[in-house]
Amino acid sequence: MNHSQLAAQFIKDDARTDWHDKALWFVRYKRDLQTKKVPEWEDLRKLASQIKANVLSNLDNYLVQFEENAIKNGIHVHWARDAHEHNEIILKILTDRNVRKMVKSKSMLTEECHLNPYLIKNGIEVIDTDLGERIIQLRNETPSHIVLPAIHLKKEDVGETFHKFLGSEKGASDPNYLTEVARGHLREQFLTADAALTGVNFAIAETGGFVVCTNEGNADLGVHLAPVHIASMGLEKIIPRQIDLGVFLRLLARSATGQPITTYSSHFLKPEKDNEIHIVIVDNSRSEQLGREDFRKSLYCIRCGACMNTCPVYRRSGGHSYSYTVPGPIGSILAPGIDLKKHASMAFASTLCGSCTDVCPVKIDIHHQLYKWRQIIAKEGKISFSKRTMMKLMGYFFSRPKLYRFAGSMVRKVIPVAPRFMLYNKMNAWGKERELPQAPKKSFREWYKSENKASNNEQ
Amino acid sequence: MFGEDDIDLVSLFKENLQFVGGKVLEINDHQNIEACIADVYPFVKNRWSNVEGVGSLNINAEEIVDAHDLKDIDLVVIKGEFGVAENAAIWIPSSTLPYRVLPFITQHLLIVLDKSDLVLNMHSAYRKIDIYSASGFGVFISGPSKTADIEQSLVIGAHGSRSLLVVLR
Repeated sequence: MNHSQLAAQFIKDDARTDWHDKALWFVRYKRDLQTKKVPEWEDLRKLASQIKANVLSNLDNYLVQFEENAIKNGIHVHWARDAHEHNEIILKILTDRNVRKMVKSKSMLTEECHLNPYLIKNGIEVIDTDLGERIIQLRNETPSHIVLPAIHLKKEDVGETFHKFLGSEKGASDPNYLTEVARGHLREQFLTADAALTGVNFAIAETGGFVVCTNEGNADLGVHLAPVHIASMGLEKIIPRQIDLGVFLRLLARSATGQPITTYSSHFLKPEKDNEIHIVIVDNSRSEQLGREDFRKSLYCIRCGACMNTCPVYRRSGGHSYSYTVPGPIGSILAPGIDLKKHASMAFASTLCGSCTDVCPVKIDIHHQLYKWRQIIAKEGKISFSKRTMMKLMGYFFSRPKLYRFAGSMVRKVIPVAPRFMLYNKMNAWGKERELPQAPKKSFREWYKSENKASNNEQ
Repeated sequence: MFGEDDIDLVSLFKENLQFVGGKVLEINDHQNIEACIADVYPFVKNRWSNVEGVGSLNINAEEIVDAHDLKDIDLVVIKGEFGVAENAAIWIPSSTLPYRVLPFITQHLLIVLDKSDLVLNMHSAYRKIDIYSASGFGVFISGPSKTADIEQSLVIGAHGSRSLLVVLR
């Protein structure tokens, strides 16, 4: 099913849609409060965007520099061309060390690569330790937001899930109680895990180190207790120097959740004592996107989710209405590059309002890219027959001024007198939830001409 | 970069620490920290400290051979290297920690920070960090662990420390 079909199902529950909308907008609101406290906010965005532009222009050099420095510090560096290679590399690291249980902190890259089912199929127990991720893991769902994976669930849903799988009280819904239940349950997992996996927020070419930003403490509890730390990283997560972290760490949490910084910003340079750190650098079509002049800026993304929080369509359709792992505006400009046919509807899940572009901390021109993808998707014939036909029809009328004017005057005459069933039916998708505007007596052109004539006569 | 004069770093730091769910206790140089915190943690049975003037409590260093042996620690008291006023983040390099897991595995965390060690923002912060640090790990800690993953309700105390007290001197 495409986005509009899934969204139509989502909005059937009016009250729940309103609740989801308000919940996401509240995150946007918190973001605004924080950004207003930073007078140089726009300068920071510009800087971050420029740093990312420099990174993409020199990506090969920075990656090589990163690898050199990481290896010097005792970190193992692996390269994965695609999702499958990524999964295989990680499985080998685990099986070589007889790992039976691995704890994971949040990594959208591993979602993208479908790592969990692959490892589980191969006999590894995988426990997601980010609270939101653990909740959806128990429910066998996918995350609906890249930062707030369980934003689509109500506390009663969580209570039900924890009662079923963790033995908590039936009917419980108090977030404090439920978080305490998760704390106890996951603490056991941290203490008995053989390996821990994290994502990478930023990898620094200058030092060979990397940074992981979290609020819950689950990433650190995992990696500082287990003897093996595997870090999964998309190759665009590189930044040039340590000092550049100042720019990004000021932007990330403010954009994502309205916090001035996440509780923990963990900087890894070398493994602890006899422990191991492995970093898996993944391409998975990122280099292909790099080759697309119109769309390469989408690789600036630092995965903050601000575009989702502000998007009126995402807020009122939810992450599960989108066909790609990463939903919302940023997902919609990444996905078509990966599978144009499968994700054809995503770029159309937008009013092109541009709010996403406004809030993006690295100044990705998201709504421009959405528009450009639409041109490509249409050219490839991947839009529906009715949409294609309507566009052709509108093109026919818009390119013939006399015909357009004639049609307009007919419509203005018909709307006030036509019976309702004629105006509001399957052909009028726009009118499904809206009243048509009142037809003015004159078109602007007619009014302008008559006004002009009148003022000329006066002269 | 983006610096400003005339900003009261202590006030700004305290304001932001409160915002992120942390608590502050201001003391002057000759006050004894151990005495000041005596009634803050009445329930604490064991305590690990690397701060001069605050002893560890009921910790037998010989019995701890592995990070897992720290699982029952109630309170960890550590010295913060410096603090960032714009976000109440405190830099903790692992050079002072026998185990990196210490600030995360404890139920409660107390960081001692000198007021003279406050900087305004992250740009100043990164100029203070030794890039090629021998310790190999460092963390900015801003407030206690938290989550809002359950219907956007903020819960203080997720998997890391349930509370953070900053003793500012």
